[in-house]
Amino acid sequence: MHPAYSVILFTTASGAGYGLLALLGLTGASHGAASSFAFGATSMLLALGLITVGLLSSTFHLGHPERAWRAFSQWRTSWLSREGVAAVITYIPACLFGLLWVFGGNDTLIAILGYLTAIMAMVTVFTTAMIYASLPTIRQWQHWAVVPGYVVLAIATGAVLLYALATLFGRSGIPALGVITMAGLGLAIIVKLAYWAGLSRMKPKYTMGDATGLGGTVRQWEVPHTSENFVQREMGFKVARKHAHKLRGICLGLLALALVMVWAGFSFGGAAAPVFALAAVVLSGIAVVMERWLFFAEAKHVVTLFYGEQAV
Amino acid sequence: MTSLPDTSRPGQKKLGLVIDLDTCVGCQACATSCKEWNTQGYSAPLTDIDPYGPDPVGAWLNRIHGYETGEGENRRALHFPRSCLHCETPACVTVCPTGASYKRAEDGIVLVNPDTCIGCKLCSWACPYGAREYDADDGVMKKCTLCVDRIYNENLEPEDRQPACVRACPTGARHFGDLGDPDSDVSQLVKSRGGFDLLPQMDYKPVNKYLPPRPRRSDENAVPAAKLETVGKADGSVTERFFSWLDKALS
Amino acid sequence: MLAGHFAAAGAIAARDSSASLTVMAKPDSTDGNRMADEPEINLNLKTWDEVKTTTCYMCACRCGIKVYLKDGTVKYIEGNRDHPVNKGVLCGKGSAGIMQHYSPARLTKPLMRVGPRGSGEFREVEWEEALRTATTWLSQVRMSDPRKLALFTGRDQSQALTGWWATQFGTPNFAAHGGFCSVNMAAAGIYTFGGAFWEFGEPDWDHTKYFMLFGVAEDHASNPIKMGLGKLKKNGAKIVSINPVKSGYSAIADEWVGIRPGTDGLFVGALIHQLLKAGKIDLDYLARYTNAAHLVIRNKSGADDGLIARDRTGKVLVLDSASGRPVAMDKAAKPALHGEVKLPGKPARTAVPAFQLIAERYLSDEYTADKAAANCGIKAETIVRLAGELAHAAFEQAFELPIAWTDSRGEKHKSMTGRPVSMHAMRGISAHSNGFHTCRSIHILQILLGTIDVPGGFLYKPPFPKAAPPGLKPAGKVGEVNPLKPLPGPPLGFVAGPEDLLVDADGTPRRIDKAYSWDAPIAAHGLMHTVITNAANKDPYGIDVLFMYMANMSWNSTMNSGGIMDHLTKIDEKTGDYVIPKIIYSDAYYSEMVAYADLILPDTTYLERWDCISLLDRPISEPHGPADSIRQPVVEPDRDVRPFQTVMLDLGARLGLPGMVKEDMTPKFPGGYADYIVNHERGPGIGPLAGFRGADGTKSGKGEVNPNQLEQYIENGCYWKYELPEHMRYYRMANKDYLEWAQGFGFNPNANPVTFNLYSEVMQKFRLAARGHGDVVPPQVHRRRVEAFFDPVPMWYAPFEEAMTDATDFPMHAVTQRPMAMYHSWGSMNAWLRQILGRNWLYMERGRAKKLGLRDGDWVHVTSHHGRIKVQLKLMDGVNPDTVWTWNAIGKRSGAWNLDRNAPEAKKGFLLNHIISDLLPVRDGGYRYSNSDPVTGQAAWYDLRVRVEKADGAAISEPQYEATKRPPGLLRAAMKIGERMMKGRGQ
Ligand SMILES: Nc1nc2c(c(=O)[nH]1)N[C@H]1C(S)=C(S)[C@@H](COP(=O)(O)OP(=O)(O)OC[C@H]3O[C@@H](n4cnc5c(=O)[nH]c(N)nc54)[C@H](O)[C@@H]3O)O[C@H]1N2
Ligand SMILES: Nc1nc2c(c(=O)[nH]1)N[C@H]1C(S)=C(S)[C@@H](COP(=O)(O)OP(=O)(O)OC[C@H]3O[C@@H](n4cnc5c(=O)[nH]c(N)nc54)[C@H](O)[C@@H]3O)O[C@H]1N2
Ligand code: SF4
Ligand code: SF4
Ligand code: SF4
Ligand code: SF4
Ligand code: SF4
Ligand SMILES: [Mo]
Repeated sequence: MHPAYSVILFTTASGAGYGLLALLGLTGASHGAASSFAFGATSMLLALGLITVGLLSSTFHLGHPERAWRAFSQWRTSWLSREGVAAVITYIPACLFGLLWVFGGNDTLIAILGYLTAIMAMVTVFTTAMIYASLPTIRQWQHWAVVPGYVVLAIATGAVLLYALATLFGRSGIPALGVITMAGLGLAIIVKLAYWAGLSRMKPKYTMGDATGLGGTVRQWEVPHTSENFVQREMGFKVARKHAHKLRGICLGLLALALVMVWAGFSFGGAAAPVFALAAVVLSGIAVVMERWLFFAEAKHVVTLFYGEQAV
Repeated sequence: MTSLPDTSRPGQKKLGLVIDLDTCVGCQACATSCKEWNTQGYSAPLTDIDPYGPDPVGAWLNRIHGYETGEGENRRALHFPRSCLHCETPACVTVCPTGASYKRAEDGIVLVNPDTCIGCKLCSWACPYGAREYDADDGVMKKCTLCVDRIYNENLEPEDRQPACVRACPTGARHFGDLGDPDSDVSQLVKSRGGFDLLPQMDYKPVNKYLPPRPRRSDENAVPAAKLETVGKADGSVTERFFSWLDKALS
Repeated sequence: MLAGHFAAAGAIAARDSSASLTVMAKPDSTDGNRMADEPEINLNLKTWDEVKTTTCYMCACRCGIKVYLKDGTVKYIEGNRDHPVNKGVLCGKGSAGIMQHYSPARLTKPLMRVGPRGSGEFREVEWEEALRTATTWLSQVRMSDPRKLALFTGRDQSQALTGWWATQFGTPNFAAHGGFCSVNMAAAGIYTFGGAFWEFGEPDWDHTKYFMLFGVAEDHASNPIKMGLGKLKKNGAKIVSINPVKSGYSAIADEWVGIRPGTDGLFVGALIHQLLKAGKIDLDYLARYTNAAHLVIRNKSGADDGLIARDRTGKVLVLDSASGRPVAMDKAAKPALHGEVKLPGKPARTAVPAFQLIAERYLSDEYTADKAAANCGIKAETIVRLAGELAHAAFEQAFELPIAWTDSRGEKHKSMTGRPVSMHAMRGISAHSNGFHTCRSIHILQILLGTIDVPGGFLYKPPFPKAAPPGLKPAGKVGEVNPLKPLPGPPLGFVAGPEDLLVDADGTPRRIDKAYSWDAPIAAHGLMHTVITNAANKDPYGIDVLFMYMANMSWNSTMNSGGIMDHLTKIDEKTGDYVIPKIIYSDAYYSEMVAYADLILPDTTYLERWDCISLLDRPISEPHGPADSIRQPVVEPDRDVRPFQTVMLDLGARLGLPGMVKEDMTPKFPGGYADYIVNHERGPGIGPLAGFRGADGTKSGKGEVNPNQLEQYIENGCYWKYELPEHMRYYRMANKDYLEWAQGFGFNPNANPVTFNLYSEVMQKFRLAARGHGDVVPPQVHRRRVEAFFDPVPMWYAPFEEAMTDATDFPMHAVTQRPMAMYHSWGSMNAWLRQILGRNWLYMERGRAKKLGLRDGDWVHVTSHHGRIKVQLKLMDGVNPDTVWTWNAIGKRSGAWNLDRNAPEAKKGFLLNHIISDLLPVRDGGYRYSNSDPVTGQAAWYDLRVRVEKADGAAISEPQYEATKRPPGLLRAAMKIGERMMKGRGQ
């Protein structure tokens, strides 16, 4: 599948945003109002900002962004629609929660709204993942690790952000946060490892013979058109296995490095903690962008069988 | 609307195409006539971007491949037209967030409503058959309409109320009809020729069917050959023997 | 001036605003079967306000079309159901006609060259200046030596006009593209049975059970063949395709015979060998309709050796089996087909039936299945089996149609015997230097099986059959070409012996293309492919004006394209001018040839003009009756262009050519081509159109001029056809009623039956001349060649290039195929077709590539004895391992056709033409013959031999030529087609 930058940007940004939002919700639920206005406001704005930028960027690749509102209508069958609905609904508890959490309010209310926000944030990430995981046409996306991957990466990148915010606001020493962040990153590495191991083991299921109904080996000798069409550009993207493996390694390395940064900042960061934390943000951000790129680039659509791919 | 209509009731009309891979010569008439009709019909415009440049790309609703299959004596070449199969349970409809992608309850035709499509392209991802081509300039998804604007069109002569591609096909390799009616010509054709579905494993239940290429030179369809025994007197060169036969035959 | 042009291109692609297609979803509507929220759509779309009929010209097949128009723009084109040619279907090209019509490559105004030839630098001129210039150039030639005008036309469908124009001008140097196309087929057919594969006949698709297709990828009868194949499939007939490549028609054939190029003559000979050996031939048919029984004189070294024996009254003699004596044909009860007989008179000569010579040839060891197998790459068993299948189909599946008829001898028959075997062949056979003989062999096979013009066989299309050959001779002999005088007859015709050749006393060719000379005696269509080379070499003489029409002669339609470009720009040392001083060219588009002309006369597109598809030219008839058709302008040109035919008539009038001016020297056809179509008479009552003749339009064939003829054609769908009654539909070579009708209709000068020439006496006459007999004899240098190749009995010999080059240097054959969705060069400026085929590859058999260490996608050098090109390779299974091939004419010169300079057509596409030599390798004596068939002069495109080796470097095809400039008037190409005209749609 063609890795479209708007989609990569969208899922990376909004994933981190929802992760951060969920963690803020949980923080509020357990600790009550934000420790400081500045921290609360900054982190809330960052979370909602990332989400909003992500959502907006996802409309960039629409042919008719002005009609985007129509996408809320088909939630009964469409995961994309559900995502839109979930994303919009999430704003309600999230905004209420944010107001109370930042400006102060009833702890129980904050807790209820915090949990609600966290749940909705995760539901939204889940619906995003399900858009891909529900497509029967791409086996790489039907792997069990796709949905966990989205969720865990959202939490991990959200946690890195929260950790960074915490250090920036001089609160680098929260052990739970450090643990959650490192656990998140660690889990992300494990899930991605599992996913890629799964891909490597994945035996092709459909052949050109199946696609054309002709059975046996089929070869395309005459192309239907010499100029590339939409289907080839969108669905025919190919990445060399060697190249992909290299990128996988770099992506995992970056995640591991981010984990090390968090650990280092946490253990002996001191005044330099924000530097380590920001490094972790950048590293994990790049890692997720690469992961998303690979998520598309390594996905093989059945339609490629018609265009000469032997098996997918 | 992305909910699929219930097409299981008896008598449900399932309009579709039957494509004969034994007869298709790959002439591209069905591709260009489709482009031609749809460029000004329901799917207008089917934009061509950079049409005279180094890298032209246009939206088309029908594409013709050339394949080779088999090994050794059974090797063969064939041409393979590919357009929307108007599946009965297609994910291209259910994934659509706007309801722009829908299946008509009346006849099963799968359409995109160009007035509500937001151009998210998800339906094209959900189609295993590559039948949807995005029109980047129009910002909406395009696909075979089964010429819905021809087949009922009272401005056309009754015999012209068929898809443009079927109307054009010079070899008669394309057939249009109601595959929901077991007695229709197309259903009969599918039955007698062993018509098949593309990727049945994916369970989209295509309505369109393909007729397999007939076996070549197997016992089943081998044509009889006369025994060629050398005629004429028993000895001599073939020429002499032939002339001895000839003299006799004419006397 | 073309401001509205791309708006127009957009408009045709745009949805009509008045016909709103969709309305907003009505959430509450639940009528019928519609789901609650299905949008309502307009099922009765009407995007047109008018439908006009005319004739397609996306290729030479000439299908009937219906053009849907809205406010004068073309919206949609579909096949005309009633039309005899296509019966409603439309091919891939025809359906893309809109994009041809609106192509930005269209020329817009007359042009005069300002830069050097080949640069593409022009200035626009007014028509008056253009026509005056042409008239000046032409009248100078006509006053001095009309031969100095060479008028050659390519995809010309108005040869009845252009040929007549050349005649009136007085130059014999006229021909259309037939010589490089398929004159081998036309000549072999016409000289053998008075018809031909080439457009003059077709299989009886309804009755055939066994169909053999030789060397055809697409052919002129583009749609009819496809429709026919569809019919055969439906009827369960067997289709056998003999072709080195398995694509298209070959792909759907029941059996593909992947023959090695150039060996069909041997393969067919081997089939005949098998059939003769087994006595599976139709003796009755042979005796009735052929010259099998005609006695051939044996008189070694005599002047009459090999001629047909005739009595004093000129009657052909046969050997009467009963008496054992030679008697006149009509006196013999039972003519023998074998035996030698003494002829009366002195010197003592004997004679044998022609059939004996045929049988001896094919029964010889040269044509055994094993011999053929070794050369053709086809198993001997396959050959034997195929012969058996043919015999079974012809004789065991014979059938009778209960139609009574009378033959030319007056014998009445109760029924018509059908033999359901038919064949068709085209350029895979013709484009070889042995094509004439190979094609004749195929006809012999058809005739031995008794399958020509019988039910289930190969059928004539009227006006065929004609005499084999027809009586019309080419004009242009010594004394026939004179300043300011028309020729006494048309420049093209059929020679019946050396006396009809156009050669000077010393044997020098009289025509610039050397047609009807000893180089190519039976050049029935001329040799367009030699004109530029000969003119540049002043061999046999220099010319002054080269006038071409619709032929891309600097590129894909020529051999040795690079050399031809050099010839076109060759400077005469003495004059400092080009050796070919003046070139006038008419094209509708900015083709590669445009840049090489001095004066461009821009033509209309096929939707903008009158045309006439005449029985006097290449007819569109059906086997069951003659037909012709017209084009009418369905839209007005939006540029300053004029229909070429009208321009020709205008030039003719300015030059004062007889027939084109009235007595007072004013133009005879002021109304242009339309005027000519209606009012021109070739003979009394015979005009360009055969339908709706007579004052009231009720006459067919012959009849007075009908002033409303065109209106009546339009009313009828722009065509006319005539259905023959059943009893005149078969056996027309000897069908009394048909032949009498054909004479009355003006097709034939008499009602004589057509006798098939198994044995060709005409060929023997040339051979005798080569032996020094007669008044017109070849110069010494040509004698051996004429003696060798004018064998009156068909034979096989290795194609010249194969015979003259080293098989280890050039081990492979290289051929081209017609892509179904492209017509030669002229699909690349079509926005749709170029998306389908915007570049080509060289195809090679997978196994062979492996042996050569080549892989799919490799760039390779392809080298012939003449040159080298660089191309990209693609592998496949379905190709003869000794053969590589590619699609024809896809490669373009950078800058041409108003495409981007980096268009894939120019950077990845390629032509084989660069490595096809126009001349054969030097032979002893230093004379270089053209790379053509020695009998007809047909260009031997497919004789090409090459080697293929891996190439390094950039992924760009070679050679690359400097990009030509865009001439003034041509628009910068549109960025997109299909303007977004639905603003506000639904929202
Ligand atoms: N779409 C389309 N239609 C066209 C044209 C076009 O350009 N495009 N051009 C028109 C013109 S001008 C012409 S002349 C006709 C020509 O129509 P065709 O006769 O169909 O000409 P080609 O495509 O050259 O096909 C030649 C075939 O012969 C095969 N061949 C080559 N060498 C041999 C051989 O030695 N033996 C045998 N048995 N086969 C051989 C090739 O593989 C190829 O399939 O088509 C006309 N119709
Ligand atoms: N390698 C190789 N070369 C071949 C062949 C092959 O098989 N292999 N085939 C040969 C054969 S059989 C043929 S017939 C020739 C064909 O060669 P050509 O007869 O030259 O055919 P085209 O390339 O179509 O070129 C015709 C020209 O007509 C112009 N034209 C198109 N429409 C119109 C119009 O309406 N009016 C005017 N005035 N001009 C128009 C086009 O722009 C183009 O420049 O090619 C030959 N060349
Ligand atoms: S029009 Fe008919 S023969 Fe031509 S490619 Fe399409 S299905 Fe095949
Ligand atoms: S072929 Fe593709 S676009 Fe058509 S209905 Fe089936 S899934 Fe949908
Ligand atoms: S591109 Fe249009 S039709 Fe397809 S899923 Fe998106 S909104 Fe629906
Ligand atoms: S049915 Fe109509 S829209 Fe569909 S492929 Fe045929 S011509 Fe195109
Ligand atoms: S075969 Fe095709 S291009 Fe040729 S005349 Fe017919 S429809 Fe037109
Ligand atoms: Mo040709």
